Amino acid sequence: MADAKKDLAAYLRAQEDKSMLRFLTCGSVDDGKSTLIGRLLYDTKLLFEDQLAALASDSRKHGTNGEALDFALLMDGLEAEREQGITIDVAYRFFATEKRKFIVADTPGHEEYTRNMATGASTADLAVVLVDARRGILTQTRRHSYIASLLGIRHVVLAVNKLDLLEYDQATFEAIADDYRAFAAELGFETVTAIPLSARFGDNVMTRSPNTPWYSGPTLLGHLETVEIAGRGVDRPFRFPIQSVVRPNQDFRGFAGQVAGGRIAVGDPVVAAKSGKTSRIARIVTHGGDLSVAVEGQAVTLVLADEIELSRGNMLVAPQERPHVADQLQAHLVWFDAKPLIPGRSYILRTETDTVNCTVTALKHEVNVNTLAHDAARSLAMNGVGVCNLSLQSPIAFDAYNENRSTGNFILIDRYSNATLGAGMIDFPLRRAENVHWQAMEVNKQARAEIKGQRPAVLWFTGLSGSGKSTIANSLEKLLHAEGRHTYMLDGDNIRHGLNRDLGFTEADRVENIRRVAEVAKLMADAGLIVIVSFISPFKAERRLARDMMEAGEFIEIFVDTPIDECARRDPKGLYKKAREGKIANFTGISSPYEPPENPELRLDTLAEEPDDLARRIADFMGERLMQG
Amino acid sequence: MSKALSHHDLPHLERLEAEAIHVMREVAANFAKPVMLYSIGKDSSVMLHLAMKAFYPARPPFPLLHVDTLWKFREMIAFRDRIAAELGFDLLVHVNPDGIAENVGPFTHGSSHHTHVMKTLALRQALDKYGFDAAFGGARRDEEKSRAKERIFSFRNGAHAWDPKAQRPEMWKTYNTRIHKGEEIRVFPLSNWTELDIWQYILKENIPIVPLYLAAKRPVVERDGMLVMVDDARMPLGPEDKVEERSVRFRTLGCYPLTGAIPSEADTLEKVVAEMLAATTSERQGRAIDRDEAGSMEKKKREGYF
Repeated sequence: MADAKKDLAAYLRAQEDKSMLRFLTCGSVDDGKSTLIGRLLYDTKLLFEDQLAALASDSRKHGTNGEALDFALLMDGLEAEREQGITIDVAYRFFATEKRKFIVADTPGHEEYTRNMATGASTADLAVVLVDARRGILTQTRRHSYIASLLGIRHVVLAVNKLDLLEYDQATFEAIADDYRAFAAELGFETVTAIPLSARFGDNVMTRSPNTPWYSGPTLLGHLETVEIAGRGVDRPFRFPIQSVVRPNQDFRGFAGQVAGGRIAVGDPVVAAKSGKTSRIARIVTHGGDLSVAVEGQAVTLVLADEIELSRGNMLVAPQERPHVADQLQAHLVWFDAKPLIPGRSYILRTETDTVNCTVTALKHEVNVNTLAHDAARSLAMNGVGVCNLSLQSPIAFDAYNENRSTGNFILIDRYSNATLGAGMIDFPLRRAENVHWQAMEVNKQARAEIKGQRPAVLWFTGLSGSGKSTIANSLEKLLHAEGRHTYMLDGDNIRHGLNRDLGFTEADRVENIRRVAEVAKLMADAGLIVIVSFISPFKAERRLARDMMEAGEFIEIFVDTPIDECARRDPKGLYKKAREGKIANFTGISSPYEPPENPELRLDTLAEEPDDLARRIADFMGERLMQG
Repeated sequence: MSKALSHHDLPHLERLEAEAIHVMREVAANFAKPVMLYSIGKDSSVMLHLAMKAFYPARPPFPLLHVDTLWKFREMIAFRDRIAAELGFDLLVHVNPDGIAENVGPFTHGSSHHTHVMKTLALRQALDKYGFDAAFGGARRDEEKSRAKERIFSFRNGAHAWDPKAQRPEMWKTYNTRIHKGEEIRVFPLSNWTELDIWQYILKENIPIVPLYLAAKRPVVERDGMLVMVDDARMPLGPEDKVEERSVRFRTLGCYPLTGAIPSEADTLEKVVAEMLAATTSERQGRAIDRDEAGSMEKKKREGYF
């Protein structure tokens, strides 16, 4: 028993010491990616009995190999995938051999799902590019190889599959391998290893196949177990993006993050990338005790010798080798969304820990994935790859992607739908002067609104004097402002002190009052603002006039529905008292009519809810409206 | 001089640990109201341990939520209360009141209905009740085919539903954490861990787990090829049911009537790991709910299950 315990400990230590390889399988539809991984799991005896039983039953139901096991069904875990017999999303599987541990991402071949292939490639060190020997190199083979190279993968296995269907013909294999090498020469791979195989029958997957006596290279698994993936490791400049400030009490202030490059030791000097402020490492804190050194990949909390301003989005770095800090940059972009990339449009740019608004100022060219030629383009459609200049609302700290995959990447997010639109690999910073030449575009209402990241609107509050319009409108403006919206409030009393001070309270003057305010609101909406109008506006006709001046859907009528008795009871300005005493002529509700709206977008009951809650309701309504837009 | 250390050389478990910690910190930094779903199982134990590490010396800035079906093993509940108190977590327990009113249970209503009411619906109720915008789960990609397809940050719409055909691309570890009000993200920091990794880590870090994972003599009945432990008097026993004291343990833990035991003599962690290495069936094999129909996990996830 003691021996068994020792054996186990030794075994576990060996497990711990194994290196790990993350790779993906990619290539065109039906080239056998899922089948290959299923075969690897099967051959390395990593399938359990119940999984094999389920596979046998699935194979009979959905399989494409008659009675034989269809390994692809092991991977295609979604119902839609099994029904359609295709891979839609990336699946991650885990296996290990005596020599290595593997995480493999099985990625879809359809062009439509390129984003899922990119997802799998972004964390991989090696790509197994499958080719159906009968069809040779296809557009998707090239697209996936190009995206793999863009994402920084430096090792490729060209798996020439389905050779069983061509009687293991050497000439076919050689021709495909030559074709591929010619194409891949420009992609900067360190190794391209071509292997002839049949995933279905296992030729050259784990064991050398007697069917290809002419092939003397490694088996697929043999290669995966031994290929050297050299990281630059601790030789790289120290990078530490701050995830959060840890401040449990007055005596402790630390910075939590994961070392994204190089190493750091207690006593080392460091610089805050954005401010240039310097300090030294006082402690490297972990739950298990302080460390003297932390290396790339480790998640730690750093304590500095000095109190310097530092927060999430900033980076602690080596003083001698600093990252770029800039608000203008050039990047390669892979576009994922059905809505195309449009220069001039505003997006949210997110790095690992920083978030800023940005616009693409110029789409320099689109890359033709077939020929790698640079094509002129005005927009980038789904699955397109391009090179563009970006202008950021504030500077970020970054490295070139080919220097550091962690600190050189970003994603673009849609401001309204929150969809992940694309992925960027930063090439280099631009000087502002080089990048101020904006895409020739008209500065119109849409452009003004987009730079503010909002849809213009006119929120028109109507209701009796003292109904609570201004209180709710004020609260709403604060809420919208806190959400980063650009607003302006037009209030009845204030306008009457300036713009409309020549107007009285006759019916004609009341009409003119509303007309002028509506015109001002229209101009402000044209400037891209969210305009909050708080006016009694008693007459339907004038509110109709205001509505008709705005674009469809822009005018939102909010009826603050407070009964006149309640308004008179509140009487914040003492006006009802005076009106009832006959001291004010033409007072709405007393001596002048109020025509309540019949179909307002929102009706607010101030007896039932507090002003702040009502304001929140309006903000939520606005949020839904934004999503629909 | 030894060869340069690269991130590929960071020991395997340390890599997984660092990845999980990074994920947890991203959630804390980006969400207003996160919660950690605590199922009391071994994966939850590892997740709790990682949470303690991620925010040290501060405390994890979120409570634990246990969705109780009222059919968990008694030892699990005792363990839950003890651990939450020891680690100083705020523990929220939610039970579906409709389920209580209708007296829903696996024996009377079947496993599928029981799971839907007491787990899926209950979880949705709890998330709505507290307004959580991010919820950690301990699921791993090696557990099941549809889990293998899921992102680490997995978006759920306002109805808590997963749309597997429209997952957000997840590039590098640059996570899109933006959601609208009412939507949520399920976060799986253990996505890339395997069952072996979990056990090795428990062993290495000496993490407390429910004793049911270790073999002991327990009263069991064999039903449809599954060894069901008689954990309380609610278990209906027919004349043909033979209650035997057998040395058994559990590979996963859930509702006791739905969780099959395996015969085992492995009464220490080391022996459990050794047994696991020789295992010929997967850990979810003992779960009745996964066998209801093919693709049943995906279906449940689309309805809001974890």
